[in-house]
Amino acid sequence: MVGARDTASVLAARADARAQGSNVSDWMPYLPAASSPFAPEGVDPSALVWAETVAPGGYTHKVVARGTRLRLEDVTGDACAHVLVFNALEPWERLNVADTQKIPWQAYLGAGHPLLSGEGRVLATVVADTSAHHDAFCGTSSDEWNVVKYGDAAPQGPSPSGRALLTLAGVKHGLTPRDLPPSVSFFQGVRVEDDGALAWQGSAGPGTYVDLVAEMPLIVLVANVPHPLDPRTDYVVGPLRVHAWRGDPSGPADEHYSASPERERAYLNTTDYLEARGL
Amino acid sequence: MSTDTVETIRTTVPVGAQYAPGSLLDWSEALVPGDIVLDERVAPNAPWSAVVRAGDVLTIVDVGGNQSADCLMFNAHDTSERYSVPDTLTWQGNAYVREGTVLRSGLGRPLMTVVGNEIDRQDTIGGACSKESNTLRYGHHTAYQHGCRENFLAEASRHGLTSRDLVSNLNWFMNVPVEADGALGIVDGLSAPGRRVAIRADMDVLVIVSNCPQMNNPCNEFNPTPLRMIVTRNEDTVR
Repeated sequence: MVGARDTASVLAARADARAQGSNVSDWMPYLPAASSPFAPEGVDPSALVWAETVAPGGYTHKVVARGTRLRLEDVTGDACAHVLVFNALEPWERLNVADTQKIPWQAYLGAGHPLLSGEGRVLATVVADTSAHHDAFCGTSSDEWNVVKYGDAAPQGPSPSGRALLTLAGVKHGLTPRDLPPSVSFFQGVRVEDDGALAWQGSAGPGTYVDLVAEMPLIVLVANVPHPLDPRTDYVVGPLRVHAWRGDPSGPADEHYSASPERERAYLNTTDYLEARGL
Repeated sequence: MSTDTVETIRTTVPVGAQYAPGSLLDWSEALVPGDIVLDERVAPNAPWSAVVRAGDVLTIVDVGGNQSADCLMFNAHDTSERYSVPDTLTWQGNAYVREGTVLRSGLGRPLMTVVGNEIDRQDTIGGACSKESNTLRYGHHTAYQHGCRENFLAEASRHGLTSRDLVSNLNWFMNVPVEADGALGIVDGLSAPGRRVAIRADMDVLVIVSNCPQMNNPCNEFNPTPLRMIVTRNEDTVR
């Protein structure tokens, strides 16, 4: 006996373990995804392929099919979703933040913005955005940053760094630190002032979401940690809700597909690559 | 030394990246004095790399003016530690690189520090051009033009590195403003012939540079010119 629990024998320990299976947590995956208690309004639950609430200071990761629609929701206004996406077929093709800002001639992420790889293709598109508070300049927190700011950065400690969590998420798909480029983050905004100063905006409040469409099979890595420029000295981050469902990749009927000549050619390159692969 | 006497060869390969005869060139000199341990000229369109020892200072001379020198840096002893744009920007709280900017790795550690700078600001947002991104930016007819990513890959491969090791880079002498509404792009440069930047290695650093051959935007004034790379050592700064 340990306290009130009987784990003295294998059978008793098994019974003890199994009795825990129906417990719930504020942060957990919901399986099957169709059983999510938070299924997005207007989405057929049977189309869900991923439903999860990511813990503050937690991470998640998944391989999703082309056309998958991925919703990230900031439940409390304190989530910060640090995101990396990779071509699941050839993961050395991955998010390129410089091209993602330069090619659309726009530094700030918002609805219609493509997340581009370094190969001249679109990995994913931001297709809906009720937050408009995002950042593609600051990346995620490093261990060095979190040790200075919070005194600790260990992935299972009280203030994990985003890089530590993305590293773990990536390793689970065979990726190493060399495979991790600069990331983007959603829900905590940063703006560039005239002199180049990076000005913290914070969030747009609770309940906002961002929808991404996977334009090719993707490895998605998400770390939910405070934005590095968050001025609060405590490690403050809220839960991040993730839902994904089956859908269609961007096509000529979508406004963002031909919103600029650069983007249209990026989608053409993507389709060209996938069709040659039989996808 | 003559600068424009390269013999013309016959080739059907599209070459580009040649500067106009009569272009003003100023080869200048090291920005930080010291014993010269390396002094090399980088032709237009050429890649370059060297290990800069901790404490040594690399001067890059913009010989022809407004010639983008696309630059990546790695810990010479563990190349999985490499330059990180976001870490550099986050630590200094500013989107532009100026004198005093510490160029940090993805681990947040200093790789190099800008100790001298003769233009208003340097760019590290604009990334590198590539054959692939050229097709988006300028059209598929540019697919066989040259790009910095080709230079980076070719030079990196000499050091056992691959495309996995390429990340967002620095662009010495390139100008990428971010406007109030987030509009961002490569515009006319702030440099001139002979202007320099000096960066001190804070650890032993592998520096890889692509002398940008882009012919479709003002990152080199549409006139690709040489660079001069000078490494100086000063007994006061050797580690």
